[in-house]
Amino acid sequence: MLIITCPWCGERPEIEFVYGGEAHIARPADPSALTDQQWADFLYNRTNPKGRHAERWRHTHGCGRFFNAVRDTVSDFFVATYKPGDARPDVEGDVQ
Amino acid sequence: MSDLISPLGTLAATAADIAAARLSVIAPATQLSFRGREAAIGPAGAGFGVDLPRQACRFARSGARLAAWLGPDEWLLIAEDADPAALQADLQAALAGLPHALVDVSARALGIAVEGPRAAYVLNQGCPLDLDEAAFPVGMATRTVFAKAEIVLMRETPERFRVEVWRSFAPYAWGLLEEARREFA
Repeated sequence: MLIITCPWCGERPEIEFVYGGEAHIARPADPSALTDQQWADFLYNRTNPKGRHAERWRHTHGCGRFFNAVRDTVSDFFVATYKPGDARPDVEGDVQ
Repeated sequence: MSDLISPLGTLAATAADIAAARLSVIAPATQLSFRGREAAIGPAGAGFGVDLPRQACRFARSGARLAAWLGPDEWLLIAEDADPAALQADLQAALAGLPHALVDVSARALGIAVEGPRAAYVLNQGCPLDLDEAAFPVGMATRTVFAKAEIVLMRETPERFRVEVWRSFAPYAWGLLEEARREFA
């Protein structure tokens, strides 16, 4: 089973977590000033990278908190997890 | 609270006595869910009579009262010696003026004790956590899953676990525990 490290609870099994989409997407301060294309980008368009991806997870069946994780979308390897509000950690090199 | 009919009544009455992993129903007690920020945590512990544990996934017990860390701002308070309204009033008085949430959840969950040398093995049939004493020591409490049901799991002694499971899931969890320990009968 895939083990995910919750920033509060430590190493826990994958089935306690739910995926929450891409991380670090801030809601525009003034939506009415945006064009339709900009608003659609905020709502729907995601980076969908092949490789390291910053995403939100929630430890639903644990502490119940959201946190962020950097995961490799090719290998499904969790490179790092960090608390919401923290900047994306700069993880260098191949840590797999 | 205790005047509700337990869905485990008949199951517990007919349960076999298997020494490797005994199952028993824990007497219903007052349970409150407390949520609050930094400033409210100390006064809540003072009002409750047990300092709320600040370390993740731990519980603290003093006499008939138990406080379990469930999240960075969330604790489960269990009191065997007070009724919900009185305890809630005590805590509200201790927390006057501080933003917090205090909810009576006494009727939400039922307690099941799993006790015996194979208790961890039996729980592991449905719970994916590492229940070795190094990874899940005495005094640890956490929300987790038991098969398809969400539970709160606490280790009271090396061989005794307390499982708090929501009422409607209780017969399901009990049935799976029975199934898991049948090999030791």
